[in-house]
Amino acid sequence: MIYGEWILDLLLAFPVLAALAVLLSPEAAAKRVALVGTLVEFLLSVPLWWMFDPGTAAMQFQVTHPWIPGWGIMFSLGLDGISLFMVLLTTFTMPLAVLGSWNYIKEKQRAYYALLLVLTTGMLGVFVALDLFVFYVFWEIMLIPMYFLIGVWGGPRRLYAAIKFFLFTFVGSLLMLVAILVMYSVVGRATGEYSFAYSHLLDNVGSVERWAFWLFGAFFLAFAIKVPMFPFHTWLPDAHVEAPTAGSVILAGILLKMGTYGFLRFAVPFFPGVAFHPTVQTVVVVLAVTGIIYGALVAMVQPDFKKLVAYSSISHLGFVMLGIWALSLQSVEGAIIIMISHGISTGALFFLAGMLYERAHTREIAAFGGIARVVPALAATLTIVSLSSIGLPGTNGFIGEFLVLVGSFGTFPWATVVAATGVIFAAAYLLRALQRLIYNKLDNPEHERMRDLSARELLVLVPLIVCILWIGLYPAPFLRRVEASAQALVEQIRGPEATTTPARAAEVVR
Amino acid sequence: MPASVGWVWLVIVLPFLGFLVNGTLSFVRPDAKRVVSAVGVGVLALSFVVALVVTGGVVAHPPHGHPYVLTLWSWMPAGSLQIDAALQVDQLSTVMMLVVTGISTLIHIFSIGYMREDPGYPRYFAYLNLFVFFMLILVLGASFPVMFVGWEGVGLCSYLLIGFWYENKPFADAGKKAFIMNRIGDFGFLVAMFMIFHATGSLSFVTVFEEAPQLFAVGGTTITLITLALFMGCTGKSAQIPLFTWLPDAMAGPTPVSALIHAATMVTAGVYLVARANVLFAMAPVSSLVVAATGAATALFAATIAVKQWDIKKVLAYSTISQLGYMFMGVGVGAYAAGIFHLTTHAFFKALLFLGSGSVIHALHHAFHATHRHDDAQDMRNMGGLRRYMPWTAALMWIATLAIAGVPGFSGFFSKDEILAMTFARGQEAGVFYVLWIVGAVAALLTAFYMTRMMLYTFHGPTRTGEEEERHLHEAPWVMTGPLLFLGIGSVVAGVLNLPAVLPGSGWLHHFLEPVTEGSTAYLPEFHLASATEWALLGLATLIAAAGILGAWNFLKPALLQPASLATPESGLQRILLRKWYVDEIYDALVIRPIMWLSERTFWKVVDVGVIDGVLVNGSAKTARAVGWIGSRLQSGRVATYVFFFVLGSILVLRALLR
Repeated sequence: MIYGEWILDLLLAFPVLAALAVLLSPEAAAKRVALVGTLVEFLLSVPLWWMFDPGTAAMQFQVTHPWIPGWGIMFSLGLDGISLFMVLLTTFTMPLAVLGSWNYIKEKQRAYYALLLVLTTGMLGVFVALDLFVFYVFWEIMLIPMYFLIGVWGGPRRLYAAIKFFLFTFVGSLLMLVAILVMYSVVGRATGEYSFAYSHLLDNVGSVERWAFWLFGAFFLAFAIKVPMFPFHTWLPDAHVEAPTAGSVILAGILLKMGTYGFLRFAVPFFPGVAFHPTVQTVVVVLAVTGIIYGALVAMVQPDFKKLVAYSSISHLGFVMLGIWALSLQSVEGAIIIMISHGISTGALFFLAGMLYERAHTREIAAFGGIARVVPALAATLTIVSLSSIGLPGTNGFIGEFLVLVGSFGTFPWATVVAATGVIFAAAYLLRALQRLIYNKLDNPEHERMRDLSARELLVLVPLIVCILWIGLYPAPFLRRVEASAQALVEQIRGPEATTTPARAAEVVR
Repeated sequence: MPASVGWVWLVIVLPFLGFLVNGTLSFVRPDAKRVVSAVGVGVLALSFVVALVVTGGVVAHPPHGHPYVLTLWSWMPAGSLQIDAALQVDQLSTVMMLVVTGISTLIHIFSIGYMREDPGYPRYFAYLNLFVFFMLILVLGASFPVMFVGWEGVGLCSYLLIGFWYENKPFADAGKKAFIMNRIGDFGFLVAMFMIFHATGSLSFVTVFEEAPQLFAVGGTTITLITLALFMGCTGKSAQIPLFTWLPDAMAGPTPVSALIHAATMVTAGVYLVARANVLFAMAPVSSLVVAATGAATALFAATIAVKQWDIKKVLAYSTISQLGYMFMGVGVGAYAAGIFHLTTHAFFKALLFLGSGSVIHALHHAFHATHRHDDAQDMRNMGGLRRYMPWTAALMWIATLAIAGVPGFSGFFSKDEILAMTFARGQEAGVFYVLWIVGAVAALLTAFYMTRMMLYTFHGPTRTGEEEERHLHEAPWVMTGPLLFLGIGSVVAGVLNLPAVLPGSGWLHHFLEPVTEGSTAYLPEFHLASATEWALLGLATLIAAAGILGAWNFLKPALLQPASLATPESGLQRILLRKWYVDEIYDALVIRPIMWLSERTFWKVVDVGVIDGVLVNGSAKTARAVGWIGSRLQSGRVATYVFFFVLGSILVLRALLR
């Protein structure tokens, strides 16, 4: 297991080294160096897929280095079924993000690509950290490059969007920091061992019982803003619209998952008593379902394509929240699958939005129309990706939504039925957009000369489409790797019988 | 499992290969029409042959109790939920598979002629192949979710093909409308699956249907809700009240698409679903009654609209909705085999009618094109007397018309009569079935009437195309008329599949399907009609058909008809019928506009921009700035001010301390 002993350290260190290489390379070569760097990073992470043992919910590939041992801070990393795919999603997205920025970013390229690489480390760190202090550090680290990506390379209102993004997240994370410190000191006082280690805090979470509600509230706010849950979502449309293409892709594809990941990893396992208190549960589920419907309805009336996709994310992430709170094996597995496939599909949608923008210099949906004839490949790709976002069976979108809904029905039948109407609205907003983008009559003569997808653009989109179909048709390898961790989470809170007895609640024959 | 049945995967894979090849060709060699046609038709013909082989296996070794299930791979394994990508072969799926592959092959051949000059030729065949692929998944899937893959997949292809000429905005609108309305139904299908899984712990047909009798109380809430939700899916896909309005709009697609998807196969999926889940529906008598009543109501309602349509395809569209209503009436009263029987005969004569109308439109379109006229090639007021130019098409369409009208000897007579007879038979149990029977009989009268009207206006009387155009009218090429001939034969003889009980050799299809439907017999009353009653019903059906046909023939005067551009607008009831009872307008006012208003004016502009961002987010930013501003005012640099505040503060602190 040599690989397992250094891989997580390496995955965190390598992008920083690559960022240095980018900074030292000539401006013109920056993107090539960054591409090589992100590709190597991806290839390094690929063996995780096979080396990961799906049979256990325990943390794998664990490494621990003392960092500030006097304060009980250890640089401790590990992976389980929940974080595995977040890591792979990150390393998979980054080379595509670099390729997608290829012609879009023309100024300060070195700084841009270096920031992308630093961001990679920040995001991966969040997903693999097993020490809450380390987690918090990475959580904040990833904020800074993203702030600059939006604020420097963004659109006309980039500063407003960047500051809004930063402040929203920062408010939440400050409260989370307080919560972490309280847990650290209270648990430390109770056990005599002061440590930020995840397992230590989780095992002794009973000693913070008195504060549980407020601690949960702090974590909840931090993560709910990140997800984003209704009504903490308004930073997202602005950030997405102003961010450069790759920024939007990363924001939607990976950053949003940190919120739901935070719930799965910290907020829910730490404070199940609060999280599943009937009142709290009701509030969360109502907000989740509201997000699903509200996000979809508001997406339907957006004139700006990027904003439409941004609001659709709010809708999709609502399904994840519902799945987590329904807490059945199917719903939690489904939530994790949505986290993966939303990253892929929405990432692809933002890439396509960027490609459309590069061609027409507008994101206004109404400015397009009829381009299916001139750019058939782009139109076909946009159709496939939209269908996956709509959740057509056979694509990734269906698997996650179906599992979440089928798994949530037992816990919250009415909320599930309301949430399921989201499939209708999803079709409404995406098909509306699709029609006005690529169908109807081509009335802008300049679009007659629009060029179809280039080889580079195909290189970005084809891997995403492969994943869309792969997860749609054969999700079993993903589900198998997720199952043990999802099961452990459900059983930790619901008890062992929650996952072993077959779901069956029919009325008895009288 | 017989070895031949094991080949069933090939039936599905072949059309998919066709899709891949034609899809690729549409990008790289869009002009390779010969290759495209050869591939497009070839895969279908081969698929049909394999389907025959599979059927041979089923007939030789009929599965009894357990269907043959071919598991391909584990699709969605998540704890107690185990969904396999698996196919199920039994008598019911065999019938559907043959109908789908057989009719599809003929329609693909017809398309070679019909779409010959279309620049999107390879794309068309790619979509059509893909449609057959999904349709076969729908009928062969061994579980609700696998069926759902096909269910939504055919909806996708329907969307793509309705909007095939997407540069025409109303056409693209129609595709979108079809998809979204279908999704409303699919929502019901989804909810049904959630309920089934939580009630039975499984979603595979074999397990669910076998365990249902032990798990559900007959007529209980759970089973009733499950079946109602399933039927909601059917109303979307099979265009029943209230979700039927997408189907007439779907006529925007190329006519062979209307024949294949919107008449013969996809829209019958709902009927298939009810027949497939016959055990569940039989255990839920209330739901079954809802199915039958919805079917009867739709049959009559759509027939009234068909009476007044001028667009030849719209007549056929409403006729399809109406005929689907009959099928639901059949499966709703528990006559599952009768429903499938009508599905089969309808596939023949309605496909024939649509393709025939396609030939007519094709001919008119060419005539108008030749003379540079921009008149509607689908409006019957611009037709008339076409039998002189298109004798084959006219004759074959008359065969189909007699079949759908229910003239004795033709297939539709037997299948429609069986549904009505079964409904009548259940009248002994509850009077409501007599009402349904009367509704069905009235709809049958209207059917005979509007079909004769359509034939009369299209093929008889004077020609209203214009003299110049008349010289360009001609019969369709053989590649188009040939498939019609086969369908014509089917329209005549398909009735022998299931003859009435009073005739020799009766009920073959009924007996063939028995292993599939026998689970439901325990929950249904025995259908029994005295043979005198049955003869009387047959006689009455004949009278109804004759009355409709002769009525139209005598009362309608094609000679008085004006071309569309000269016609005076209708008024009164005629106008209401022409405008389809204003259902689209009502939906628009009651559903679509309020939702759009709510989304844009309330949620986006008020909640998001106004309250959350305006008041809370930017409001708190402004508050912070205001506080900062006040603070900054205090830092004025004037010593006097500082001293003033210092003294003031000291006094306040001292007061507080000295209390």
